[in-house]
Amino acid sequence: MGKKKREVPELNSSSTADISFILLIFFLVTTSMDTDKGLARRLPPPPEDHQEMDETKVKERNVLQVRINAMDETMIQIPGKKEPTYITDLSEIRTIAKEFIDNPNNSANLPDKVAREIKLFGTVYITEKHVISLQSDRGTSYSKYFEVQNELVAAYNELRDELAREKFHKPFVECNEDENLAIREYYPLKISEAEPRNYAKR
Amino acid sequence: MSKFGKGEKRGMPALNTSSLPDLIFTILFFFMITTSMREVTLMVEFEVPKGTELEKMTKKSLISYIYVGPPTKQLRPKMGSNSQIQLNDKFATLAEVQDYVYQERENMKEADKPFMKVSLKVDKDTRMGIVTDIKQELRKSWALNINYSATSRN
Repeated sequence: MGKKKREVPELNSSSTADISFILLIFFLVTTSMDTDKGLARRLPPPPEDHQEMDETKVKERNVLQVRINAMDETMIQIPGKKEPTYITDLSEIRTIAKEFIDNPNNSANLPDKVAREIKLFGTVYITEKHVISLQSDRGTSYSKYFEVQNELVAAYNELRDELAREKFHKPFVECNEDENLAIREYYPLKISEAEPRNYAKR
Repeated sequence: MSKFGKGEKRGMPALNTSSLPDLIFTILFFFMITTSMREVTLMVEFEVPKGTELEKMTKKSLISYIYVGPPTKQLRPKMGSNSQIQLNDKFATLAEVQDYVYQERENMKEADKPFMKVSLKVDKDTRMGIVTDIKQELRKSWALNINYSATSRN
């Protein structure tokens, strides 16, 4: 027993890398980093009895009615016009909606402007009471409905972007929180998801 | 010269790979943490519409999902090819939407409850009837923040 002290043999760790590689590849494959994207909306609270009354109180000039029927045909009723406008190209919606929301010429037919005190802007006149009412039929396809929604949001985003460039000299997406808030207050998103109707039955 | 020229034939020294496992483990942990495996098995097929004005959804813990679309091929003989609603792991009727929302809300942290969001993953060929019905149910259950899930165009 007079031999040298026995040494603990070193553990061969050359395969640890392989093992962890396998695990790594497993997680690489199963991972899904894609964040969910979409159009965010806020639904109105559940209807109550007096709700119906309120809706009729909105002045006609403040409402832009967008309707999509079961054949996916789109129609816009612009306030002040007798005949509704039929939409063939969806980008028309954007132009019409922009004019309606902004009311640049302070037209008597488009939404009335109200003086509001907004931080960073001071007192401004905005079309605070405007509502875009989007009505769809039960037979409307979801993709059409979504595209129209998308165009309406695009109208808001373009207006906001223009305002940001004018006031802050940068695009809307680069604005900081306060500026962002001020712009959102200037152009509040007001798309009302009206109660569904079944035109086919009427 | 002779000082360096001596000795054996020169060769490439072996690369020390002892830190390689550590490196790989670091990457592994990164993916382990960020990964989120799909919790439900999809029983409906859906292709969400494409849009340009999309916003990103943050905080996965706040989001509940409702899937709408035609059943997958294997289930079609049994279920037909009309659009169906899927909640969690099973098909559901309209009446179950409210229960689902309450249940989801119950599972959330108290502080998160007001910020609950419902993501509607709806197939683009679905008729609006079923979607508006779901929306009415969501209103009744006070789940007012919704999101029409979509992918970005181009």
